[in-house]
Amino acid sequence: MKILVPVKRVIDYNVKPRVKADGTGVDLANVKMSMNPFDEIAVEEAIRIKEAGKAEEIIAVSVGPAKAQETLRTALAMGADRAILVETDEEVEPLAVAKILKAIADEEQPGLIVLGKQSISDDSNQTGQMLAALMGRPQGTFANTVEVDGDSVAVKREIDGGLETVKLSLPAIVTTDLRLNEPRYASLPNIMKAKKKPLDAKSPADYGVDIAPRLTTTNVAEPPVRQAGEKVEDVAALVEKIKALGIA
Amino acid sequence: MNTLVLVEHDNSSVNDATLAVVTAAGKLGEVHALVAGHNCGSVAESAAKIAGVAKVLKADDAAYGDFLAENVAPLAAGLMESYDAFLAPATTSGKNIAPRVAAHLDVMQISDILSVEGGKTFTRPIYAGNAIATVESSDPKLVITVRGTAFDKAATEGGSATIEDASGPGDAGLSSFVSREVADGGDRPELASAKIIVSGGRALKDSETFAQVINPLADKLGAAIGASRAAVDAGYVPNDYQVGQTGKIVAPDVYIAIGISGAIQHLAGMKDSKVIIAINKDEDAPIFQVADIGLVADLYNAVPELTGALG
Ligand SMILES: Cc1cc2nc3c(=O)[nH]c(=O)nc-3n(C[C@H](O)[C@H](O)[C@H](O)COP(=O)(O)OP(=O)(O)OC[C@H]3O[C@@H](n4cnc5c(N)ncnc54)[C@H](O)[C@@H]3O)c2cc1C
Ligand SMILES: Cc1cc2nc3c(=O)[nH]c(=O)nc-3n(C[C@H](O)[C@H](O)[C@H](O)COP(=O)(O)OP(=O)(O)OC[C@H]3O[C@@H](n4cnc5c(N)ncnc54)[C@H](O)[C@@H]3O)c2cc1C
Repeated sequence: MKILVPVKRVIDYNVKPRVKADGTGVDLANVKMSMNPFDEIAVEEAIRIKEAGKAEEIIAVSVGPAKAQETLRTALAMGADRAILVETDEEVEPLAVAKILKAIADEEQPGLIVLGKQSISDDSNQTGQMLAALMGRPQGTFANTVEVDGDSVAVKREIDGGLETVKLSLPAIVTTDLRLNEPRYASLPNIMKAKKKPLDAKSPADYGVDIAPRLTTTNVAEPPVRQAGEKVEDVAALVEKIKALGIA
Repeated sequence: MNTLVLVEHDNSSVNDATLAVVTAAGKLGEVHALVAGHNCGSVAESAAKIAGVAKVLKADDAAYGDFLAENVAPLAAGLMESYDAFLAPATTSGKNIAPRVAAHLDVMQISDILSVEGGKTFTRPIYAGNAIATVESSDPKLVITVRGTAFDKAATEGGSATIEDASGPGDAGLSSFVSREVADGGDRPELASAKIIVSGGRALKDSETFAQVINPLADKLGAAIGASRAAVDAGYVPNDYQVGQTGKIVAPDVYIAIGISGAIQHLAGMKDSKVIIAINKDEDAPIFQVADIGLVADLYNAVPELTGALG
């Protein structure tokens, strides 16, 4: 079985995003970019499934600018076998990303596609579900545990009330939640080796996908800023404040 | 405009998250509600009483009983022939189903809206709420998830909608439900809708300590319990306690953060709370930048003392 892992290059989670003064977006010039944290978890899960002897090949895919190569190299250094960059400088919406991924899946015929549950930039939380719908395949979103067993996969999902387990027939789409695993760091020798692993360059047109956006962002603004309040001296003062709120 | 709202429920009662969605949908046009489930007649009746709902579509079928997206999404997409907008709560269930509906309809979903600015224009948070984008759709139909804390809840009484049966393709045969482990919170209010939340962070050491320190205070205040990701990852509390960008978004009247540093991912989930109280031993902890009331203290002394004083 092959596993396809879509990875996205996003603002590093340690960076506080700044809105551009002209309201056109978030300033990403000279900002540290990294692999979306949920996608690191996706790569790690794919590697573990391969290490368990349940998959032969891991293919990392990214849709994005030339620099997304770095993200793919990270996936290769972690343990992916080869990579596909679908290069575009446009902002590609989840629906179009899902269409490109579907075209790649049609070619590669993976048994499992593991994505992040959301990117920490746009926070859409859509791509995996859309891909599953377009492929007419089942989805295990917000995965906490993934167990491949023959021609099906059991996915324990993080839901609002707790946890839920579903059984999906393969091929299936899985999206990762935070507790699925702890991603490994790439070792230096593996980073060197990754440079030699194959990385194909493609374009959205190669897959016949129209990436014209359906949504227009007309403005991006700072949220209302919360002012820091006061610090109280001791617990007695805090108790007074809490009583004044009328909750105790 | 005709809108279809996905009712979230457990086959016996309507989940509160639905009520905010009804309010959001009402800003766009007439509101119909889809109750997809199994033996869900009582849910359809409750949905019909929600103020602002004009019609309830009840799809009662074993295939919909566990809300599997593979089965519910084609049903909703089929019904959408007669509607202009589909709205679901931005809960784990809504987020699971709505994008699948959007893909069936070949439209881009607008996730987690905060406001309705016009028939096709909405605001939504991006970058963990560090920016608010105004987005306009050019799609012929809208698929939207709604942030529950951003809209008032529609009244659960006052409506008198008609109930109609609806049906769809049924079981897609792709997936099956195995089990659910839902913690019984007892009398404790639900995190997403609680008026008061007491939240604990990494500083709470382990699950016993967390329970010893946090639970009595929460009990005194009749509060729900939340946690930072660090506390959940370390196993102090179950995963569904996580507040933040990638956990639950909450906006209670009072949020008490104990031993939580205030990382942007955590703030993204609670900074719309009316009053934020923070207890942290580090006076420079970022949580104090958003706290209305701060106490610099060791929580192991301060919290028991506070709990005692609230007697
Ligand atoms: C004002 C504004 C500024 C933006 N700036 C940027 C920007 O600078 N850079 C940027 O990348 N996006 C940016 N976006 C978002 C962009 O337009 C798309 O909406 C976004 O790429 C897709 O949403 P998502 O990644 O949140 O999808 P989600 O559905 O949250 O993503 C889930 C998963 O899908 C997979 N996935 C998603 N996209 C890709 C991809 N391109 N390649 C491979 N796998 C993928 C990953 O596994 C990811 O974890 C911006 C959006 C707005 C509104
Ligand atoms: C992709 C991604 C998604 C994330 N999503 C979320 C999310 O949804 N929610 C979330 O919360 N985090 C999230 N995080 C994690 C976030 O970045 C922080 O790591 C996390 O919030 C820290 O938790 P904490 O404040 O409990 O721990 P810490 O940052 O370690 O803070 C502990 C605090 O306790 C204080 N303290 C220690 N001992 C005492 C004492 N005795 N008395 C009083 N105070 C004490 C310390 O001063 C410190 O401020 C995410 C991270 C990533 C990468």
